[in-house]
This record gives sequence, structure tokens and C-alpha cells, in this order.
Amino acid sequence: MKFLKNIVDKLEPTFSEGGKLSKLHSVFDGFSTFLFVPNHTAKSGAHIHDAIDSKRTMITVVLALVPALLFGMWNVGYQHFLAIGQDANFWEQFAFGLLAVLPTLVVSYAVGLGIEFIVAQIKGHEIQEGFLVTGFLIPLIVPVDTPLWMIAVATAFAVIFAKEVFGGTGYNIFNVALITRAFLFFAYPTAMSGDQVWVRTRDAFWWGAGEPINAFSGATPLGQLATSTEPVAAFHNIMGDPIGFWDGFLGLIPGSVGETSTLAILLGAALLIITNVASWKTMLSVFLGGAFMGFVFNTWGPDSAIANLPWYNHLVLGGFAFGAVFMATDPVTSARTETGKWIYGFLIGVMAIVIRVLNPGYPEGMMLAILLMNIFGCLIDYFVVQSNIKKRLKRTTIK
Amino acid sequence: MKTIKLKKGLNIEISGKASLHVASMSQPETVAIVPDDFKGITPKVAVKEGDTVKAGSVLFFDKTHPELKIVSPVSGTVAEVARGERRKLLYISVKRDIETTYEQFNKVDLNAKREEILSALLEAGFGGFFRQRPYDVIANPTVAPKAIFVSAFDSAPLAPDYNFVLKGQASHVQAGLSVLAKLTEGKVYYSVCPGTSAELRNMKDVEINEFVGAHPAGNVGVQINHLNPINKGEVVWTLNIQDVALIGRFTTTGVVNLTKTIAVAGPEVIEPAYVKTVYGTSIAAITNCNITKGVKVRYINGDVLSGAQVAETGVLSPFANLVSVIAEGDTADEFIGWAMPRLNKFSNSNLFATKIIRKLFPKKQFEFDARILGGERAFIMSGELEQVFPMDIMPEQLLKAMITKNLDKMEQLGAYEVAPEDFGLCEFVCTSKMELQKIVRESLDYMKKELE
Repeated sequence: MKFLKNIVDKLEPTFSEGGKLSKLHSVFDGFSTFLFVPNHTAKSGAHIHDAIDSKRTMITVVLALVPALLFGMWNVGYQHFLAIGQDANFWEQFAFGLLAVLPTLVVSYAVGLGIEFIVAQIKGHEIQEGFLVTGFLIPLIVPVDTPLWMIAVATAFAVIFAKEVFGGTGYNIFNVALITRAFLFFAYPTAMSGDQVWVRTRDAFWWGAGEPINAFSGATPLGQLATSTEPVAAFHNIMGDPIGFWDGFLGLIPGSVGETSTLAILLGAALLIITNVASWKTMLSVFLGGAFMGFVFNTWGPDSAIANLPWYNHLVLGGFAFGAVFMATDPVTSARTETGKWIYGFLIGVMAIVIRVLNPGYPEGMMLAILLMNIFGCLIDYFVVQSNIKKRLKRTTIK
Repeated sequence: MKTIKLKKGLNIEISGKASLHVASMSQPETVAIVPDDFKGITPKVAVKEGDTVKAGSVLFFDKTHPELKIVSPVSGTVAEVARGERRKLLYISVKRDIETTYEQFNKVDLNAKREEILSALLEAGFGGFFRQRPYDVIANPTVAPKAIFVSAFDSAPLAPDYNFVLKGQASHVQAGLSVLAKLTEGKVYYSVCPGTSAELRNMKDVEINEFVGAHPAGNVGVQINHLNPINKGEVVWTLNIQDVALIGRFTTTGVVNLTKTIAVAGPEVIEPAYVKTVYGTSIAAITNCNITKGVKVRYINGDVLSGAQVAETGVLSPFANLVSVIAEGDTADEFIGWAMPRLNKFSNSNLFATKIIRKLFPKKQFEFDARILGGERAFIMSGELEQVFPMDIMPEQLLKAMITKNLDKMEQLGAYEVAPEDFGLCEFVCTSKMELQKIVRESLDYMKKELE
């Protein structure tokens, strides 16, 4: 690695202030710290530091997302070949999904990191790793058929207006990936909902073309339940065969790329909990809140298909599990106090189910529930902090 | 006696703990007293170059409280009164006599009034050893503290073992504590740990409590917070136990002998041990070629978490009972550190195998140097600082109030109760590598300026 280090050291003057390429200083800095742990030493305060840094933390989240991505890719191929009625083996299915999903990932990273690099250069700070996670999340929470230009526009909007204007990673109020999705959802509703967008029926890079067979219907289970006229909580796969809890848990259903398999998401959750990168309290309380509200609607709710959906099914359908594990736990936008995390998570779970059941316009409520609670996270923290302040005040008045 | 068990905290094992013997050391010819070490004092010089001083003679005093005097730890002639920009007093150096002669003071009568005892201590320069909270500065002698806190142990990495340092000096500690008891209307809180020797445990005139747990259990800040927290308008004083012994020695003998036992420790010290010396002694003399050759090292007055960096040519701080020496590490290059296992690195997080390794191989030594091992970011992770902050204070929220200079919030969230050292571990574990102790120090100064 001496060889690489020599190159980095040799290039440094070119990119430093006064160098020919000093306009690309932040990019250079980003790459050199990516290659080598920065070796600047403590100038004040503690003289030794924990080996943890934000790069390792963010990469861990990306790793945790890998099972969901890989499963999502395979599922895209699986649903595709199912829809066009062609037989395909596992690797063909996966390869198709890879080709279909990869461009989204590339576009999201290119646009987001591009903006991140430019802003870092303008502000003269280091490139922040937050977008490594955001850029990975975006392809996982959109339908596979979302046009790439839409992804680019939405990513740019979210990174600039939901993050950079607030000051960058650590200062944003809303989860950047969810703002990307919300932007798409409200700006291009036809590309983000309905029954035409969840399963790719066209080709991927001129491969795997075909016509959907007659029995095909591309609505997600939640979409079916929302539009169902009968108060029976039954849903089916894209071929019209009835499916249930386990299909949702394993993820053999249409939906946004990474959200379908609760199992793959739980694998990621396990990594996040073991490494303590995300709060298990938030995750657990989101599920508890969802289960609670689902149960309430089962018992006392209106007599509609979605209200009659057994509470445990709510947890494995749509973006619920994905939101609970990867979105609600975003430490920056979530409540930051330990007590606050319980309340914050619980209310996300509750709100997501309330939106699903009571709002006829949106079959899925997770995105809106989390964005809503992003606002209230600060308020929850305010009350928790206030109780500490009150305790301190009380101490003075007792005497 | 109460036993207080702390669940939060972190012990960081660093190699090079001082072995329990006092190494011989040749005392250098000159000592230098640095006024900046006495936080909160505006120095007015009381001597001229060429003056003869004894151990205990005043070198400078505080402008606002002239009774607050700083004395020479050695006898000899004033060699230099060094001033920097805008005539700021940098240090006063004293060329030492071969035989130390001591300024004679009257012995302190414990039955005297508080004012008399206090002025006797101030006269002999002991005022400079008391720190006060709020603001963590040298105590204002005109405000009586509601309590005085002394910790009988230090839990910081490589900390000196006071059982060893004060062996045979329990009578001095007791005498010192009895004096302290006279200085406050309230109590003197004396906190011990399970490892404190019987000799240091049996003290009178004080309330003894036991703290069980990892660092920062030995920090007075934590002890104050659990025993008698500071409210708005209240003042407590804190004092290091070795300084208590110095006071005890003074009250029984009437001379100011400031010789202390200092640990010299750290991975880069060849034979880590204790030395006997006085503050103002040069670091070079204290470390005395006992440092690994060929490694760029960093000398620290105090422990690696909350001490102050000092040059080899610098001097021992009056508040340091430990000189830590670690590698600077600024030439180390770790390839793709974010991906590597890095089993030799220490981390409180689960992103490294530290916890497993410590369980399997309790003797494993981790590598430490002065690198911050990452890039500075805004607060990202939550709940991280809380794990190592065993006080009923919300560290992150308090720090945010400090960063935004929100005086009301700082006050409400407990800024009066903290000192920078309380955030040493927080700064260590912080993923965002923020300079937390600097933030706290600047905020306390700002508060003091605005509110006093």
C-alpha cells in the first residue's frame, strides 16, 4: 500500500490550496481519506480517540442494506418472468433484476455524490458520508419502473433542499431518501402508484422482453386492499393466486425494489442491532405501534378490506418493515433521547397503519408517517429534555 | 456511607501503567511557573528578576483577589519573568538553591475561625489548588462553598494509584481534610472506590461514600452530581487528594513543601514509574530519557482523556499527578481503515471486535496514538455520549446549547455542574470527532463572562 500512499502524497500539492487543481480539493480529500485513515492528530481535548468514525458507521448501514438489495434484484427478475409467462432460472431472474435496478443505483449515487462534492468544495469542508446511505436507499424505495430522469431530479431536489440548505449531514430535519420518494410521489404520482409500475414488464437493456400474460395484474397487496370493494382482507399475487403472511414475509410480492422481503430486511436489522449502529428501541417500537394499531382496527375498525387485514400482515406488507429498520432509525432525523425513541417509533407505527386504513388515497402510509414524525421527533425530544430541566429546577425549590 | 454503583462509563486499558516504585530523579536547576495553568487567575507579578525566594514565597497573585497567591515551590533566585505579546505573563522561572530553604508560616490552629484558617492557607499559596464549580476555575476565596469534594481515587487511563502515592501519609490527608471541613458550612465529601486502601478509608470530619464502576467514577464531577448537585447560585470547591495531603503537611509543619509523587506512564515510557518532584519542573527532567527512541511522542500533563499537551521543554502543571506519554502517530497510514478489522484498535462501539477481544484475551494491549482516526462531522449518532456519561445531565443537549451559546439552556441543562474533564470520555467515543472539551471550556468561560 506504500505505492498507493506515494501516489496520494505526490498528488496532494496539486490539489491543495494554490495547486493547479485546488478546485477539486474536497474530491481529492474524499478519496484520500477513503483510501487511508486521516492521520491528523488531536489539537485539543482528548488525546486518544475511539477507532470508530462516520465512514465505518455509514458503510455498516450500507452493508445492512445489501440483503434487501440482492433480494430485491432477484424479486424484480422473478416478478418479471412470472408476468410475461416465461420460465427463467434463478440466475436469469437475478441478472434481469440486476440490470433493471443497477441504473437507478448509479443515477442516484452520481447525482447525489456530485452535489455533495460540489457543496463540500464550496463550503470548504470534508465530503460527508451521509449520502452513501441515502444513495443506496433511494433505489430500494422506488418502483423498479421509475424513469431515471425522475430519480435524478428527485435526488437533486432532496439533497439540495432537504439536506444542504440545512447545513449538510447531521443538520437535516427530514430523511433525505424519503424526501426523494415524497418528491416523486407528489410530482409524478402516476409513476409511483397504481398497478402499472411495480413489475417490470418491458425489457432491461434489450433483454428479457415479452408481453404480460392475460391473468397479470401488477397491483401490490396493499394496493389491492385499498381498492377492494369487499370487506374481505384477501390479496393475491400478480397471477391472481391468493397469497398470505409468509409470501409477504419472504417477499415474493410486487412492491418497491428493496421493501418486499421482511426476511432480508430483518437480516439487515440484525447487523444494525449487533453493531449498535441503529437503535433497536426505535425498530421495536415501530413494530409495536404498527401491531397495536392494526389490532385496534381489526377489533373496532371500519368494515373495509384493509381494516380487516390481520395486524401481523400489516407488518410484512408494503414498506413497513423497511421503514422501521432503515428509515425510522436514521439518527439525525429521529428523536435523539432514549425515552424519545420509544415514543417516536411507536407513533410512526401507529400513524403508518392509520394512513393505510383511513386514507383512501394512499394505500401505503409508511413514508408519510415517518416524514410526519421527523417533524415531531424534535418535539418529543423537547418534552424529554424538559423533564430533565424540571427535575433540576425542582432541586432548587425544595431547599 | 453510601455505595453508588455506576453502570455507565468506560475503562480504557493503555499499556505502560506506572509500576509501584519511586524512581530516582535529578531535579533540574530551574523550575518555571506558568500562570495559565491556574485557570481564572489574572496574574500580577510580585517579584523581579534577581530576587531571592524561598519555597513558599509569593511569585504572583491574582489581580481581582490579591489574597490569591501563587508561591514558589523551590528556593533560589528569580531567573526570568517572561512576557509575551501585550506583556502577557508567560512564566516565572526560579533558579534553585542546592539546599531548599522554606518560608516559615504559623501552624494552622484548627480551632480558629474559618476566616483565619482560610487566610493562612491563602497566605501560603494553597488558594491556587482549590477549583470551584461552576466554571471549573480557581476558587474565588470570597465565596464560601456549600461543600468541598475530594476523590480518593483516579479512574482515568494510566491514573496514579493514590494508595501507593499516599502510603504513610494518611495523617497528612486527615489533617488536610480536617482543615477543609472548617472551610465550608456544609460537608466535605470524600469518595473512595472498592480498591481504596484501609489507610485512606478511615477519615474523620468528612462524609465518605463509595463509588463502584468504570471511569469516570473517580471524577469529582460525577461524584458531585450524585451526592450533592450544584444548583444555580451555589458553589462547591474541589481539590485533588494529593493537594489535600500537601495542605495537611503544611498545617502540621508550617512550611510549604510542595513535593508530590507523579506517575510517568504510557506506552512510550520505557520504565513507567513514579517520581517525586514539584510543579514547574521540566517535562524533560521528569521523563529523563526514559522514552522510546525514534518515535515522535506527545507529552501530556495529566491523563490522556482530559490532560493538556505539553512540549518536552514545558513544565509539570500544578494540577497534574500524572505525565502521560503516547505516540503522536501522525505518520501512520492505515489503508482503507473503514473496512479493515483493525483488531489492535480500541473502540467502545460494536463496529470493532474490542469487546469480544477483551473478553477472550483480558491482557490484550491495544494500540493508541494521538490521531483522531476520522474526520470531524456534525452530531450524527445519538445515544453514544450517554453511554459514558454517568450523570443526571443530558450531554448531547447540553453540548448543543453550548455550541449555540444559549445561556438559558446551558443553565437549565446543568452547565454549572460540569467541567471539561467530565466530557473526556464523550470526546473519546464521539463518532463525529468533535472537540467536546474545547466546546465546554469555551462555553464555561463565556458563561462566566456573561453571568458574573
